[in-house]
Amino acid sequence: MFGTYLRRELVGRRKQTVIIAIGMALAIALVILVQSFSAGVKNAQASVLESVYGVGTDITVSQTPEAPSGEPGGGGGAGRFDFGADDGTTTDDGSTAVSQSRLAAERGTETFDAAALDSVLTVNNVAAASATLALTNTTFDGELPDFSEVRSGGAPGDGAAPASGGADGAGGSSFDVNSFTVLGLDPSGDSVGPLSSVTLADGRGLDADDAESTVAILDSSYATSAELAVGDTLNIGGTDFEVVGTVTSTSADATTASNVYIPLGVAQSVAGLEGMVSTISVQAASSTAIAQVKSDIEAALPDATVSSQEDLASSVSGSLASASTLISQLGTWLSLAVLVAAFALAILFTISGVTRRTREFGTLKAIGWSNRRIIGQVAGESTVQALIGGVIGVVVGLGAILIINAAGITLGASATSSTGPGGVGSPGGAGPGGGFGGAAAAVAQTTDVVLNAPITATVIAIAAGIALIGGLLAGAFGGWRAARLRPAEALRSVS
Amino acid sequence: MYTLTDVTKTYTQGKRTVVALDKVSLEIPDGQMVAIQGPTGGGKSTLLQMLGALDRPSTGTITFRSNDLSAAGESTLTGVRATDIGIVFQSFNLIPTLTAQENVEMALVPLGVGTAERATRARDALASVGLDERGGHLPSELSGGQQQRVAIARALVKRPAVLLADEPTGALDESTRDEIMDLLEKMWTELGLTLIVVTHDSAVARRAQRRLHIKNGHVKDVA
Ligand SMILES: Nc1ncnc2c1ncn2[C@@H]1O[C@H](COP(=O)(O)OP(=O)(O)O)[C@@H](O)[C@H]1O
Ligand SMILES: [Mg+2]
Repeated sequence: MFGTYLRRELVGRRKQTVIIAIGMALAIALVILVQSFSAGVKNAQASVLESVYGVGTDITVSQTPEAPSGEPGGGGGAGRFDFGADDGTTTDDGSTAVSQSRLAAERGTETFDAAALDSVLTVNNVAAASATLALTNTTFDGELPDFSEVRSGGAPGDGAAPASGGADGAGGSSFDVNSFTVLGLDPSGDSVGPLSSVTLADGRGLDADDAESTVAILDSSYATSAELAVGDTLNIGGTDFEVVGTVTSTSADATTASNVYIPLGVAQSVAGLEGMVSTISVQAASSTAIAQVKSDIEAALPDATVSSQEDLASSVSGSLASASTLISQLGTWLSLAVLVAAFALAILFTISGVTRRTREFGTLKAIGWSNRRIIGQVAGESTVQALIGGVIGVVVGLGAILIINAAGITLGASATSSTGPGGVGSPGGAGPGGGFGGAAAAVAQTTDVVLNAPITATVIAIAAGIALIGGLLAGAFGGWRAARLRPAEALRSVS
Repeated sequence: MYTLTDVTKTYTQGKRTVVALDKVSLEIPDGQMVAIQGPTGGGKSTLLQMLGALDRPSTGTITFRSNDLSAAGESTLTGVRATDIGIVFQSFNLIPTLTAQENVEMALVPLGVGTAERATRARDALASVGLDERGGHLPSELSGGQQQRVAIARALVKRPAVLLADEPTGALDESTRDEIMDLLEKMWTELGLTLIVVTHDSAVARRAQRRLHIKNGHVKDVA
C-alpha cells in the first residue's frame, strides 16, 4: 500500500513533484559539473606536472636561487656574452660579424653539487632518484657596427649616449638571438625523471654508452620548428651534437620538459658546470612514504628546496591555474548556494503539501494510522521526488559534461622547472653588458592541455547522496508537521 | 460498552476558553444504536471525538472495553482506532488520489493484513455497500452517495465494534440520505455494532433505540 499510495500521490500532485524534482535536478547537475570540472582540471594539472617532472616523480630537490643580482655566470645569472678582441670577423665596412653559442644554467635555477644525489639515495624509502641539469643554450648571431667610426663620425654634441646597450641600440647593429632549453640527464636511468614521461618518436633514446658522447635527443615539436631531424648536427654551447632521436610527450597535447636532452656529464662539461646539477627527481617507495622521504631529504640537505607533487601543483600557472581557482571557489560556492536553495524549496513545498493534506492525514490517523507510518509516507514521497530530481540532475549534468568535453576547451599552463622564484617573465633579465640575457627568459614549460572532465562513479554517488539527504530532510520536516496534526482535524467539515 | 464519568472538554483559543463538553456522565452499552442531536456548536462532534479515541477529555474518564481512553497513551489510542472504531465523516474524507478499492484497503494497513487478504476484504466490503463495480474509480468519479458508501465500507472493513458517524447525510441530497441511513441501519443489524450517529434529521433520529440531545456541552437523554 505504501508504494501504491506513494505513486498515486506523486502522480496526483504532479506540480509539487515537478517543482521539488527540478530544484533538486538543478542543484545536482551543478554539483556534478563542478565536481567533474575540478577533477578534470586536477588531471590536467597532473599531466602538466608529469610532462615537466616525469611520471613517478614524487619529490623534486632543487636549490632556491639567491638574489638575482648574483655574479654573472653564476647559476641564475643573466646570459651574458663577452666578446673578446678576437671574436668575430671584421668586415671591410668596419662592422664585426659575430656568432656565438653559449650554454648556461637555466634562468631561475640554481645549480648545486651532484653529491646531493648520493645523499638522497641514502635516505630511507627512496626507490629511485636521478639528477638533471637544466640549461639554456643561447645563440647569438649578428653584426656589431664599427664603434670607432660611429664615435668619430657622429655629431659630438648631440648627446646621444654612445652604444646605449640593447639589441636596438645605436649604430644599426642587427642581432639575432635564439635560445632553446637543454636538459642534461643520466643517460642510463629512465625510471624516474623527465624522460620517463616521453615516448620515442624517431631514432633512439639515450643509454649508458652515451655518457661521454655528444649526442642529443630532441623534443619532436622543437625539432620540427628548428628544422632538425635524426642524423643532423646541433650546436650546443659551441660543441656539435649529433641528433640521435626525437621524443614526444606521453600526455596528449603536452610538450616535453625540454627542447633538447643530452647526457648529464657532457652537459656539465660543455656548460662549464662540472659536478653540478639543478634538480634531483626522487621516487618514493610508496605514496605513504612521501612525507617521510621529503622530511628526511630536507634534513640531509638543509639548503635544498624539497617539493612534493602537491607543492609542485602550485607551481602550475596560466589559464589552467585560473580555471582551477575559479572552479574551486566560485563553483563550490555556487553549487552550495543552489543546493541550499533546492533543499529549502523541497522542505517548504513538502510542508505546504502536508498542510494542504491536513484532512487527509487527520483521516488516516482517525482510521488507525500511526504517526510513524504517516511520517514514513511523507518522507517516502519527498525522497522519491528528490531522487527523481537526482536522476534528471545526473542526466543533465552528464550531458553538460559531454558537451564541454566535446567542445575541447584548451587550457594553457606553465610550470617552471624549478619551484624557486624567478620563473617566467621575471624582469631584470637585461644585463648591463649588452642586454641579451632577456632572451633566455623562455625557460618555463608551457603546455596546452585539453580539458577533459571525467565522469566517475564517485560523482554519481555524490549526486545520489545529495538527493537522498534532500529528500529525507524535506521528509523529516513534512513528517514532523504531519505528526503534530490532531486526528480530530478529520472531523472538521471545511477542508 | 462506554462509560463516561464527568467528561469535560475545554478548548482554549487565545484568551477565550470554550467548554465543549461539561461534566458529561453517560453509559452506552454494546450493540446500541444511538442518535445524537442538538444545535450547532453544542458539542456533538466533540463527544464523538471522545468516543472515537481521537482526543482525550480535559478532565473526567472514558472507559471503553476496559481501556481508559482518558489516560491512555497515543499508541494505545491509535491501536483502539485501528481495531475497534469505524468512523464516517460528513464530507466523506476519501483520499482523492486513491481508488475506492484502495481507500477501503487503507483501513487494513495498520492492522498488518497481507496484500491478498486486504484486497479480498476490501472487495467484499465494497460489495456489501453495493459498489461491486466501482472499486477502480477515483472519488471524483463517484456521486456523493457512492463516496459515502465507500467511506462506510472503509469504516466497516476492519470489522469494528463501534461505528461512529458525524452527520453522515449532511452533505447529501434528500433521496440519498435515506439510502445511506438505511445502509447504516442494515449494517448495525447485520454486524451487531454499536452505532452512534450525529444527525440533524429527526426522522433519522427516531429510528434509533436511544436519542441524546447535546446543548452547551450538556447531554440529556430524550425519552
Ligand atoms: N479545535 C477546536 N478549537 C477550539 N474550539 C473548538 C474546537 N473544536 C470545537 N470547538 C468549539 O467547541 C464547541 C463545540 O463544538 P462541536 O463539538 O464541533 O459542536 P457541534 O459538532 O455540535 O456543532 C463549539 O463552540 C466549537 O466552537
Ligand atoms: Mg459537528
